[in-house]
Amino acid sequence: MLSPATLIPAVINGLLIGAIYALVALGLTLIYGVLHIINFAHGALLSAALFAAFFAFRLLGLDPYVAVFLLMPVFFALGYALQRFVISPASHGDDRNMLLVTLGIAVIIENTLLYAFRADTRIVDIPYAFQTIDIGLMFVAIPRVIGFVAAFAVALALWVVMTFTDIGRAIRAVAKEKLGAELVGIDVAHVYAVTFGFGTACVAVAACLLIPTYYVNPSVGNAFVLVAFTIVVLGGMGSVPGALIGALLIGVAESLSGLFLGESLGQIGIFLIFIIVLLVRPRGLFGARA
Amino acid sequence: MKTLIPTGIGVAILAAVPLFVHSNVTLNFLVVALMIALAGQGWNILGGYGGQYSFGHAAFFGTGAYATAILQMRYGINAWVAFAAGIAVGAVLGGVLGALTFRSGLRGSYFALVTLAFAEVLRIIASVAPITGAGVGTLIKLDLGLSTLQFQSRAAFYWIILALVGISLVVTQLIERSRFGVWLVAVRENEDAAKALGVDASNIKSVAMIISGGMTAAAGCFYAQYFLFIDSGIAYGTWISVEALLTPIIGGVGTVFGPLLGALVVKSLGEIAKLLAGDAPGLDLIIYGAVLVLVIWFMPRGLVGGLAHARKLLMRRTSSSAASAGEASHG
Repeated sequence: MLSPATLIPAVINGLLIGAIYALVALGLTLIYGVLHIINFAHGALLSAALFAAFFAFRLLGLDPYVAVFLLMPVFFALGYALQRFVISPASHGDDRNMLLVTLGIAVIIENTLLYAFRADTRIVDIPYAFQTIDIGLMFVAIPRVIGFVAAFAVALALWVVMTFTDIGRAIRAVAKEKLGAELVGIDVAHVYAVTFGFGTACVAVAACLLIPTYYVNPSVGNAFVLVAFTIVVLGGMGSVPGALIGALLIGVAESLSGLFLGESLGQIGIFLIFIIVLLVRPRGLFGARA
Repeated sequence: MKTLIPTGIGVAILAAVPLFVHSNVTLNFLVVALMIALAGQGWNILGGYGGQYSFGHAAFFGTGAYATAILQMRYGINAWVAFAAGIAVGAVLGGVLGALTFRSGLRGSYFALVTLAFAEVLRIIASVAPITGAGVGTLIKLDLGLSTLQFQSRAAFYWIILALVGISLVVTQLIERSRFGVWLVAVRENEDAAKALGVDASNIKSVAMIISGGMTAAAGCFYAQYFLFIDSGIAYGTWISVEALLTPIIGGVGTVFGPLLGALVVKSLGEIAKLLAGDAPGLDLIIYGAVLVLVIWFMPRGLVGGLAHARKLLMRRTSSSAASAGEASHG
């Protein structure tokens, strides 16, 4: 069981899926870092994005890697509008209300998908889905490699935006000191909404990268988001490098525990890590504050 | 004691319903609504009075349900004893989770997350462990009788759940008037200030979670006894976590009658949706989600708060019109 021949592919698969987790977790940690709330609608938004990518391919014939350039701005706008016109006015500035509103939105989105498309699981039939390349140690599916590279490209792009642009500086300013940012003339409501938009756009990218090798059903996003919560907590709420490293760690941990314990118990492994980290070190590995 | 009298009268009036209503459909509706009200009252103790918003009350509901079913079916324990044991197990679980989470200082987003994760862990365990019947679920054998707590008539179940809801209302009222209740509200309003005044916040919250867990578990025990079947998706499913928090928030968070009022309204909305659009999967939950957002948006204190506000407006109007009438007669 412990031979390198089974271990190495498990580790590599873990890293590849970890990169996609990283994208989902990035969106979550970004929103937490600025708004200081957990977006419970994140998973439902991922399910919605997967459906969007699915129908873009099925109805419009758009390749997921093309559709991503359409879905990214659409989901950015959706996230922006949700925060600016629903979550913010509905929660009257109370954190607990914000949590409930995002939960309410999650329930609405997930069940609208269920109502419209039933619980059926769908897959896209993309010709290159099972083409593989030899990376020296093993053969891996090309879409997984593309997903891995693209996930890090997006993370890099996000870092560039956050570091070198005005909106990035404004987001960081609001995250650090909301009142101070307001005093120097930053439109906090706008920054909140942009942040939410970025987080939602991350989900759209993740969906397009996932869809060639994954399936879609109305509750598919939940599985990912519980993993993403774990990653964000492990890496430290609000920490971007924490999310990336946490995602790769969790990807590998899941892949290995799946190998040794079987699929459903492997999931429990993730939750146990999650609960233990929350109870023992809620700041996570890289987080600055609890 | 005086404050308990209206509650007693209200419960007595509700107890008379099966004498006039014989429709099984209506009784079934009321039984389910009362069961959700009980689960919601459990959430309300911790969330409404204590300000700790749990997103995973399914953990208690499911544990109560499984405990009742497993103790009867696998260990041959009397149904009444199993029912009581289910409540006790829920309370113990509340104590354990409370000790774990509050001692590590989890609040707000973190508390919501960790409760959600606990419910999910229990769901996965229940879906694979042999003792819960794994994926197949657990069936309680049909065996009508008083000693097995199974009845042909819906009215009997109605009275049982009404009695449990009645007890939960009294417990909540007693908490509201007790020193413990005042401490709990103080922790909700400002935990740091409460601590500074010498309130042992994490202990108070843990006790609230024990009561909360027991109450929501009671709803789970009742579910198992009423439907005689549970599986991991029912017992530990998101639906019950959502409904347990939905009812007090819609009815009026941190109020005695909020969960009961909320449960009746929420379940009625679900039924209306079914009448209008057929029994499509997901439809009732779409409406619940929308109602949740809209109530927080436009009626943050829920129906109880909204009604109180409306009454105040009305009183002001009548008193001002009385005053103007008085002025007119003076002139």
